[in-house]
Amino acid sequence: MNLSKGFSMFYGSRALENKIDEFLDRISEAGLIYRKAIHVFLEHGVTEDFVTHAEQIGHIESRADELRREIETGLYEQNLIPDLRADVLSLVEDLDAILNAYDSSGYRFTIEQPVFPATLHPEMLAIVESVTNSVEQITIAARTFFRDFNSCRDYIHKVRFYESEADRISTKIKRAVYSSDLPLANKMHICSFVEMIDNLADMAEDITDKLAIYVIKRDN
Amino acid sequence: MGMTGLFFLSSGLFLGWSLGANDASNVFGTAVASRMVKFKTAALLCSIFLMLGALVDGVGAAHTLGALGAVNAIGGAFVTSFAAAFTVFLMTKYGLPVSVSQAVVGAIIGWNWFTDSVTDLSSVVKIASTWVACPVLGAIFGALIFALFHKISKHIHLSLLQRDALTRLAMIVTGAFGSYALGANNMANVVGVFIPVVPFTEFSFLGMDISPVHQLFFVGSVAVAVGVYTYSYKVMMTVGKGLLPLSPFASWAVVLSQSVVLFIFASEGLEYFLASRNLPTIPLVPVSSTQAVVGAVIGIGIYKGAAKNIDWTVFLRIMCGWVITPVITALVCFVSLYVMKNLFDQPVHTPKTYIISHGVLKEFQEHGIQANSLQSLVGKSYETGKAIVADVKKHLDLSNKQELLILKYAEVVKLKIDPTKINKLSDHLFSAEEKENLAALSGKEFNYRWELEDALILKNPSWKKQPETVLNKKINNEIAEQYKMIEGVFKWEPQD
Repeated sequence: MNLSKGFSMFYGSRALENKIDEFLDRISEAGLIYRKAIHVFLEHGVTEDFVTHAEQIGHIESRADELRREIETGLYEQNLIPDLRADVLSLVEDLDAILNAYDSSGYRFTIEQPVFPATLHPEMLAIVESVTNSVEQITIAARTFFRDFNSCRDYIHKVRFYESEADRISTKIKRAVYSSDLPLANKMHICSFVEMIDNLADMAEDITDKLAIYVIKRDN
Repeated sequence: MGMTGLFFLSSGLFLGWSLGANDASNVFGTAVASRMVKFKTAALLCSIFLMLGALVDGVGAAHTLGALGAVNAIGGAFVTSFAAAFTVFLMTKYGLPVSVSQAVVGAIIGWNWFTDSVTDLSSVVKIASTWVACPVLGAIFGALIFALFHKISKHIHLSLLQRDALTRLAMIVTGAFGSYALGANNMANVVGVFIPVVPFTEFSFLGMDISPVHQLFFVGSVAVAVGVYTYSYKVMMTVGKGLLPLSPFASWAVVLSQSVVLFIFASEGLEYFLASRNLPTIPLVPVSSTQAVVGAVIGIGIYKGAAKNIDWTVFLRIMCGWVITPVITALVCFVSLYVMKNLFDQPVHTPKTYIISHGVLKEFQEHGIQANSLQSLVGKSYETGKAIVADVKKHLDLSNKQELLILKYAEVVKLKIDPTKINKLSDHLFSAEEKENLAALSGKEFNYRWELEDALILKNPSWKKQPETVLNKKINNEIAEQYKMIEGVFKWEPQD
C-alpha cells in the first residue's frame, strides 16, 4: 500500500459518498414531482403537464439506476465497508424499488386514468402527502446512516408515523368509496390506486425496519 | 564451512518461515478476517515492515544471539531450530496461533535434557505465566481501548465511508508497527545463532556497508515473508473469525491493544524512560503477541456482552496449542538430537567442564551458597551440569537459582589474553581505555570467566556490573556483551 493508494482510498470513498448523496437526492426529488403530478391529475386529469411530470420521474429513475449500479460496483471494486456492504446494497436496491414504484405509478395514472370523485380529493392529497413524507424521511434516515449513523434513529420513527397516517387515510378513503353510489368496478379501480399509493409508505417502513438493524450491527 | 553453514542455516530459515506463517498472522489476522485489509496487502505490508524492523532495530549487538544462544554447538542449534519450526508448522497446519519464542524455549529445554544441562526454571515459569497473564492483560486492554474509542467515535461525526477509510488506515498503520516490532524482537531468535557459521562477507552497497549480520537478517526476513505469503491465512482466520466474528472497528481495537500491551509490559525502553524521570515503572511481565491478541478478542467480546457468541471450544483448542507447543518441541528436539548425534555423528553439544576450586568456593560463599561443606569437592572435575549439581546436592540443599549460580562459577572457560587479538574487539563496544586494561593483562591465563572479570575490575572499576536496578539494566547488558565478546576472542584450548 503506497501513499497514492492511501489517498485514492479516501478519494474513492469521497466520490462514492457523492454518488450516494445524488442517489438519495433523486429519490427525494421524485417524491416532490410525484406529489405535484397527483395535484395536477386530480385537478385537470392526464394533461400535458401531468405527462411531463410522469416522464420526469422516469428520467430520474433511469439516472438513479445508473447511480445504483455505480455505487454497487464502487463498493466491491474498492472493497469498502466489507462488513456492511451487503446491507448497503440491499438498502440501495430497496430505495431504488421505491423510485420504480413512483415511476410505474405515474404511468399507471396515464394509462388507466382513474376517476376520483371530487369529495375524495382532499383525502387523496392527504394520503399522497403522508406517503411522500414517509419516503422523504426514509431518504433522510438513509442519508444519516451514511453520514452520521448515530443520529439515524431520530428519523426512523418519523417514517413509521407517516406510514401509519397513510394507512389511516387509506382505510378512510376505502370506506368512503365503498359506502358511495359509485359502480363496483369504479370503486375497485379507485381502491386499487389508493392501495398502490399506500404501498409506497409500506415500502418505506420495510426499509426502516432493515435500517434499524443495520444501525445496531454497525454500532459495535 | 560454506555449504555446511548454509545447510545449518536452512533450519533457521524454516524457523523464520514458521514465524511468518504463525506469529506474523497475529498482527494482521483480525484486519484480514474482517475483510478490511486484503490478504495480499496485509502480507506485503507485514513482510516489508518485518524486514525493516529486523534490519534497522533487530541487528543491535545486544540482541544478535537470541534465546538459542544458549545452545553451544551449531549442530545443536540446527536441531533446536528445526524442532521449534516443526512444532510451529504443525500448529499452523491446524490453524492454531502459537508463539515461536515459546517453541524455541521448549526446544532449548529439550536440548538441556539431552545434554544433561540444567534448565533455568524461571524460563518455564515465564512461559506458563504468559498463558494466563497475557490473555488477561490483552482482554483488559482490548475492552478498555474498544470502550474508549467507541465513546470517542460517538462524538466524532464521520460518514460511514470516512469512518471505514479511517479504520482501514488505522489498521494498516497499527499493523505495520506491529510487524516492525515483531521483526525487531524476533529475528535474532530465528537466525541469530547462525551468525558464526554463515559464509557471507561484508560488501558495500550504495556507499553503505552491508555486514554479514545484516545479510543474515535479510535472508531471515525473506524466509518470514515467504511464511506470511504461503501459510499464514489459516491462522489469521482463527484469530480474526474463529473465536468471534469482529466488526472492523473491533478488529482494529484488537490490533492496537496487542501493540499497547506489548509496549507497556515488555518495553525496556519505556521502563528506562520512566525510571530515568523518577516515575514509577510498570513491572515487565513476559508477554507474547499471540496470547495478547487472543485475550483482546475475548475482552472485546465480553465488553460488548457477546461472551455467549465467543466460540469457547476454539479458545480451548488455542490454549491447548499453547501448552503443548513447548512440550512437543522439547520432545521433537530430544529425539532429533538423538538422531543427529548417533545417526549422523554430528556434535550437538560442546562439552563443558566444571571444576570446583578454592576460588570457586569463595565465589559461592560470596553469592550466598554455604560452601564450607563443599571442601571435599575441591579439585573434582565434572563433565555435565547435572553431574556437578547432583554432587553438590549431596552436601547442600539448592534452589534452581543456586544451581545456576554453581554452574556459572564452576564452569571452566580457558581464556588467554593475546595482545595481537585485541584489535579484533570492536571499537563500537570497547573504549581505548578498556582495550588498554585488557592489554595490561597480556599473556595472562584464566581458568574461569569470573577470574578475568575480577582482574579487569582491579584495573578499572567500570568493568564491574552495577547493582541490578532498572536504570543499570542497560549498562549491565553492555558489560555482559563485552564479556561475551572477550570470551569469543580470547578463548583458547591449552595444548596437551
